[in-house]
Amino acid sequence: MAVLVVAEHDGAALKPATLNAVAAAAEIARLAGSDVHVLVAGSGCAAVAEAAAKIAGVAKVRLADDAAYAHGLAENVAPLLVKLAPDYSHILAPATTAGKNLMPRVAALLDVMQISDISAVEAADTFVRPIYAGNALATVQSKDPIKVITVRGTAFPPVEAAGGSAAVEPVETTGSAGLTEFVRAELSKSERPELTSARVIISGGRGMQSGENFRLLESVADKLGAAVGASRAAVDAGFVPNDYQVGQTGKIVAPELYIAVGISGAIQHLAGMKDSKVIVAINKDEEAPIFQVADYGLVGDLFKVVPELDEELGKRLK
Amino acid sequence: MKALVAVKRVIDYNVKVRVKADHTGVETANVKMSMNPFDEIAVEEALRLREAGTVEEVIAVSAGVPQCQETIRTALAMGADRGVLIQTEAELQPLAVAKLLKAVIEREQPEIVIIGKQAIDDDCNQTGQMLAALLGWPQATFASKLAISGRHAEVTREVDGGLETVAFDLPAIVTTDLRLNEPRYASLPNIMKAKKKPIAVTTPEELGVDVAPRLVTLKVEEPKKREGGVKVGSVAELVDKLKLEARVI
Repeated sequence: MAVLVVAEHDGAALKPATLNAVAAAAEIARLAGSDVHVLVAGSGCAAVAEAAAKIAGVAKVRLADDAAYAHGLAENVAPLLVKLAPDYSHILAPATTAGKNLMPRVAALLDVMQISDISAVEAADTFVRPIYAGNALATVQSKDPIKVITVRGTAFPPVEAAGGSAAVEPVETTGSAGLTEFVRAELSKSERPELTSARVIISGGRGMQSGENFRLLESVADKLGAAVGASRAAVDAGFVPNDYQVGQTGKIVAPELYIAVGISGAIQHLAGMKDSKVIVAINKDEEAPIFQVADYGLVGDLFKVVPELDEELGKRLK
Repeated sequence: MKALVAVKRVIDYNVKVRVKADHTGVETANVKMSMNPFDEIAVEEALRLREAGTVEEVIAVSAGVPQCQETIRTALAMGADRGVLIQTEAELQPLAVAKLLKAVIEREQPEIVIIGKQAIDDDCNQTGQMLAALLGWPQATFASKLAISGRHAEVTREVDGGLETVAFDLPAIVTTDLRLNEPRYASLPNIMKAKKKPIAVTTPEELGVDVAPRLVTLKVEEPKKREGGVKVGSVAELVDKLKLEARVI
């Protein structure tokens, strides 16, 4: 019985979150004395399977290539996992929107509970997971015969993407369930790093006052090679698209440096970024709760401070 | 057609939760309870479908302790037509809730089921997907837009990279994300009216559902507290600290 990780990819390349999920799987496999396998389900995704085969510590890659898996529709992919499940003690996926959409459907079809968003592995059947927006940590033990799990990427440092040489084994596919049709995707295009894997993030809140003003942050982001994020308030106000949102119900991030600009620091936002290594807060309200978690706080008007920061970085990062 | 919404009673999102001294859970005694915010969005969406003439009736379902009646009353005060309470003192996990909802759905035969994408207490984000699996229905999770025409629906979903649109025939499960709508407040006359709306009470036993938990909570602890840092007086000082002390730029 091995541990299976569902790879996240866009048909052409692996998403970095896969490497964090493999890290969690490797810990479980070590405790259980078993191997880590990776499933690549998609359409025309042999290149992704080749990349998965190179991930350090992966013993086998299973490739399910079928037009029905092209967009990762849970209705089509879940039956594939149910079919593969008898070979596995654990099935893991990153706790991304794709993993969160798919894995509960798999678990219910197997009549087991899913274990959401684990942040630590205590034993092969015991895991730690945040609850109440990360204000409490629950240690839970699963009594189910197969553990279906999503992994909080920020809690498990990624394994190396190179060094492995696993065999790629094609699997028989399950086709389309005929329930749902993919219509279109409107994905944000950005030259910047992805929020969940960025080393530096600069985020704006309601204090930014408009989407236009996010340009101030973008200029700083360019100098630091940073991703740009936002609080829920800024997304709700329409300043920036939904995929910018950091927080309890948005993205969970833990970069080396998180710069919060004009963000008051509601617990729902803190839930998404408080594991960052260094936090900087820039806010004109010195009572803002964000300062309670910030390593460095600067009280001031962001419209004055951010351009100054931009200029200073321009001078000093040459 | 009928719409069914599931509503969960949770600790109010403004309450700062405290872990119990014996590490068995979080303090719920004398704590304000409210409807899960994502479920409010679900109720609102169902009401809008009724107002648009797409559905005729909105049924609000909750599972748990007798006080979940209050959560159903909130949905009724917003405008839902009637309620169903699945009453139990047992700990309910998402798989069990999905099975309970499935049993109610088989009785009520709604064509659209709308529920919150996650509850802000256990942060599981599972019930809708599980329910769709058990019913063999399409699932449209994290919805920010829902359009129904006849028996066909199109849903825009909030995904990590942006937005994605899927289409399917009803019946189906939709789970709500934050941008789907802004829930209405219940007016005083509607709160009064809601008191007269019917709530049917059933139990897991009556529905023939085994709700035994599959996960055992061994302990609940507080996360490590983050220490507050220092205030800096200028941008130059900030950049100095980041470069020389924290060494992150």
